[in-house]
Amino acid sequence: MKNRKYNYGTAILAAFEYLLENYKEVFVIGQGLWSPWYVGNTMTNLEKKFGIERIMDTPVSESASTGIAVGASISGMKPIVVHPRMDFMLYAMDSIVNQAANWSHMFGGQTNPNLTIRCILNRGGEQGAQHSQALHAWFAHVPGLRVVMPSTVVDARDLLIASVLCKDPVMFIDDRWLYDQEDYLPPVKEINLLDQKPKISIKGCDITIVASGHSSLLAREAAQILKNKNISAEVVDIRVLNPLDASLIINSVKKTKNLLVVDCGWTSGGFSAEIITKVVEQLSVKCLNSSPVRIALPNSPAPTSRKLEENYYTKTEDLVKAVKKILKI
Amino acid sequence: MKNDLKDLSNPKKFHNPISVKNEASNILKKILNDMLVIRKTEQKLAWGKKNKFIGGPVHLGVGQEAIAVGISHNLRKTDRVFGAHRSHSHLLALNPNFYKLFAEVLGKKTGFSKGMGGSMHLYDKINGFYGSVPIVAGTVPLAVGASIAAKLQNKNDIGVAYIGDGAVEEGVVHESFNFAKIQKAPMLFIIENNLFASHMHISERQPSDSISRFAIANKIPYKLIDGNNVVAVKKISKNLINDLRNGKGPALIEVVTYRWYGHVDWREDIDVGVQRSLEDVVNWKKRDPISRLSKAMIKANIWTTKEEKNLSDKIDKKIKSAWQKAMSDPYPSSDATLKYVFSKKL
Repeated sequence: MKNRKYNYGTAILAAFEYLLENYKEVFVIGQGLWSPWYVGNTMTNLEKKFGIERIMDTPVSESASTGIAVGASISGMKPIVVHPRMDFMLYAMDSIVNQAANWSHMFGGQTNPNLTIRCILNRGGEQGAQHSQALHAWFAHVPGLRVVMPSTVVDARDLLIASVLCKDPVMFIDDRWLYDQEDYLPPVKEINLLDQKPKISIKGCDITIVASGHSSLLAREAAQILKNKNISAEVVDIRVLNPLDASLIINSVKKTKNLLVVDCGWTSGGFSAEIITKVVEQLSVKCLNSSPVRIALPNSPAPTSRKLEENYYTKTEDLVKAVKKILKI
Repeated sequence: MKNDLKDLSNPKKFHNPISVKNEASNILKKILNDMLVIRKTEQKLAWGKKNKFIGGPVHLGVGQEAIAVGISHNLRKTDRVFGAHRSHSHLLALNPNFYKLFAEVLGKKTGFSKGMGGSMHLYDKINGFYGSVPIVAGTVPLAVGASIAAKLQNKNDIGVAYIGDGAVEEGVVHESFNFAKIQKAPMLFIIENNLFASHMHISERQPSDSISRFAIANKIPYKLIDGNNVVAVKKISKNLINDLRNGKGPALIEVVTYRWYGHVDWREDIDVGVQRSLEDVVNWKKRDPISRLSKAMIKANIWTTKEEKNLSDKIDKKIKSAWQKAMSDPYPSSDATLKYVFSKKL
């Protein structure tokens, strides 16, 4: 890798290039792969470099495309399915949940769908209900699916590589709202997805803020603002939602005695509930200085109208306010 | 409904012995043996279910044996075959190990899927059987994916999907036809048209009784034949499979057949609570793929009733002892439920 700055989008592109160059079993299948309109700068010119047989833009068939990738993944290939919007992927739920997630278990561990489903969260811009949904909690509910949500430039590249090299089906969920993040990338060093766990992004001692994907970016921004007000927030980036190793989160809350969970999905039955449950199952109420708090989306579809949309999504300022309220400052 | 199948769906037709002209007698004997093994295995399962040795559902395909046996004759162990809920014959035609099937259906760790699948989730990749699952049409795109993988791997292997007439009412099957054609995938779609989806006759579900019309719509070459004629299935699928291996893109074969039992378990006349015409069942039994072959072989002086009796007794004996062995086999260990959710760490 040249010593230049990458953004989140080009880091994903770097992962694709690394995988396609080094693993002949890797191919990519999905709609809009030859068009920057669908996949931003994450796949630029891949079809020219690696050929349209390996970068397979498809008919309008989310269901078959995903099933085809599952079939290829149990036939010696390492396919990556790309769904430029998670909402359209719902046509493929049978292949993801009934087939890929259950495949190993149904056949006694004799076969593993070595498949990565990259789906993109693409919200805002007055797109409304069917172009906005963050459904990671659904997938994290399903045994047999690994669910990955990178929030940093480095993770965008390295967790994608790790997902594709992992033998299990992986939902790799990236977020268009993160694509402008910039960072330097060290040379690729392959990591084992099975070793990847939540990480502390910012150390602190007054409160633990737990988040994933774009919410982790909000948490990091909030922590900087709070720092200027002499509040020390510890930010934990979940990274791998399923299977979830919560030990680091529990230890952090043990230390800070306060917990705020931020999630980009809906509130009810959401992933924030899983984090809070994991913590309160392990820590007695006496260990906590305050009740755990979650910030997630209102229980409604995304509105299209500008004014409504503005209030719908979580902003950094919401986190700052919540922390001050929890700490009674 | 339009009767595009014509005589093929008429239970009073095709009762005569099939033609075995120019067929090698050793191959005919093997085919007869394979069909008999499958039939007797499934009849044993029907008995096991009726007598409550088997807990889970068994979807039996007695009467449909000629299809899988005829097709599998032209397959290699490196081909990629996918099935559905009624797939005992699809697996046994590739590997007639009924002991492992009994063990699986009984939930024993010695079964095809280590006791984790039962009748509806079967796996034997080493013999080309990549998997069967009960979600109707669920494996159809998977089979196309396996065939596209074969193409990317520059192998001459093909993908095979067994599909029922009910499954073509699922949208993903049409996506799969279109996709396979666009990608020129080496993919054989086999439509086992037994005229029923669970309890409903095709006339209650579709405007035509012939599924081949979807091959026409997708410009996929196809053949429509009597599925209870094993020699015809073998011959016709041979040509289609040769074309597939030569890179000519997908093909479809519609084989018309009938299942002697109801949709699930051992009853003949009741289909998930709906009465089926007993007269039809009786007539369809006269289109029996096994006796039509056996009679033809006897007529051609390459087989005798005595040989048939000996073969039948021999298979019965083996099935009895395999069943007993499977019954006494151990269940999976208690950690199996969690153990197989994810791959093991390397």
